[in-house]
Amino acid sequence: MAGKVILCRCEDVTAADVEHAVRLGYVDIEEVKRYTGFGTGPCQGKECLRAVVTAIAAAAGRGAGGQKADAPAPFTSRPPLVPTELAVLAGAGTAPPSRRR
Amino acid sequence: MPPIEDADIAIIGAGVMGLALAYNLAAPAGRKSRAPRIVVVDGHYLAWGASGRNGGGVRQQWSTEMNVRLMQESMDICAHFAKQMRINVWMRRGGYLFLAGTQAAARRLERNVAVQNRCGLPTQMIAPEEARALVPELAIERTVAACYNPTDGIVFPWPFLWGYAHAAAKQGVAIHTSTPVTAIERRGGRAGAGFRITTPAGAFTAERIVCAAGAWSPGVARLVGASLPNRPQRHEILSTEPLKPFLKPMVTVSETGLYVSQSLRGELVGGISMPDHDDDAGEVRLGSRLAFTTTMARALCELMPVLGHVKVVRQWAGPYDLSPDGDPIVGELPDVPGFHVMCGFRGHGFMMAPVVARHFASALRGGAPHAFLTAWNPARFASGAPPRTGGETMFIG
Repeated sequence: MAGKVILCRCEDVTAADVEHAVRLGYVDIEEVKRYTGFGTGPCQGKECLRAVVTAIAAAAGRGAGGQKADAPAPFTSRPPLVPTELAVLAGAGTAPPSRRR
Repeated sequence: MPPIEDADIAIIGAGVMGLALAYNLAAPAGRKSRAPRIVVVDGHYLAWGASGRNGGGVRQQWSTEMNVRLMQESMDICAHFAKQMRINVWMRRGGYLFLAGTQAAARRLERNVAVQNRCGLPTQMIAPEEARALVPELAIERTVAACYNPTDGIVFPWPFLWGYAHAAAKQGVAIHTSTPVTAIERRGGRAGAGFRITTPAGAFTAERIVCAAGAWSPGVARLVGASLPNRPQRHEILSTEPLKPFLKPMVTVSETGLYVSQSLRGELVGGISMPDHDDDAGEVRLGSRLAFTTTMARALCELMPVLGHVKVVRQWAGPYDLSPDGDPIVGELPDVPGFHVMCGFRGHGFMMAPVVARHFASALRGGAPHAFLTAWNPARFASGAPPRTGGETMFIG
């Protein structure tokens, strides 16, 4: 079932993928991001972050000797705020935009 | 946190250099010699540093015979890595295309191509039109000449860390992440008697230390009272939304330091030299700047005008680790017996790590030293040593 629960739609990361990462010892949200690729697609984690944090906490807290995840914190957010066309960025900083998009 | 075991060799830094070294050091030895006990400590998680922030290029086109040959061997290791380590590294060998915009740059490429051909690499000088035949989206008005080696390629860097880490752990290496080194003492207060290394998880001893902390290495060396001459330089990089595969080679531009490739995930990934590359006063800085994004966007739109509507999804930064003469720094510090470094790879350490680690590990286990251990020896920066120029000129970014 966990293999069919999609947590990150941009990168097709399932609940099973997150559980697998935690089993390998990757419990920090940044580690799980890197190991599964969640949050690196077009939405940049805006849709999936909460779901993945919850899944990490559940997986990390489970089982004998399982490490507790630290207090969940979001991963480092990266510019741009929303996906932005190269042509728009190429014009930025040289002249005011001619019209609002 | 579990306590840390005493070690024969402690490696500080769990980037690709440190992990690859640990893997090679711990490889099963012959019957007569036992593999050394290896501990790797790192203040952060895997892929936090430059090993997780680079563009994933692996090329054999260099300007010195030693570097070409080293990278031929490294490429060979990379080509077998996925099968050997049982991990997908998203490797794609679409070649590297260098574009020269001036006659002087074209002549440099020609000289380098001659060196590469002598080493058996099939690099060719090609005309701008031929470059456009490889990449039809290129605007070639500013290109004088180009060179292309079809056997270069790109990888996704992160799985190399997991691959090396898992394989090293299987061979008995203890890897402690989130474990910063806070102090290093020479045992017995004298040289040659090993070290006592302190971390928040406790202290442990090591006969020898290898500092593989990249741009953070000077800070580690300071803990033993040593001063390294390298300095960090922030480089930024961006990634676009995934596109249908269209860009075969990694494309680089001599005049701007631009490089861009299309990953197996479909994203364009690239960076560029920035006129305001600052020294950052010796501190590693990882902030992202709009000036980079706009400079890169302009250069990309000029290089391939069709890309205008492609969206940038993310940008980040990582440090190049610059040595004064441009060559890496690998070996034992002359003033601190037992303390070794492998750093100063100037933004190109990821692709070099597989081969550098293999030969450095062999030397640390008593094998014959590879020629780079002479050329890159830290003793060349000892006071009184004559200033020297590194031979390599083919750097990007």
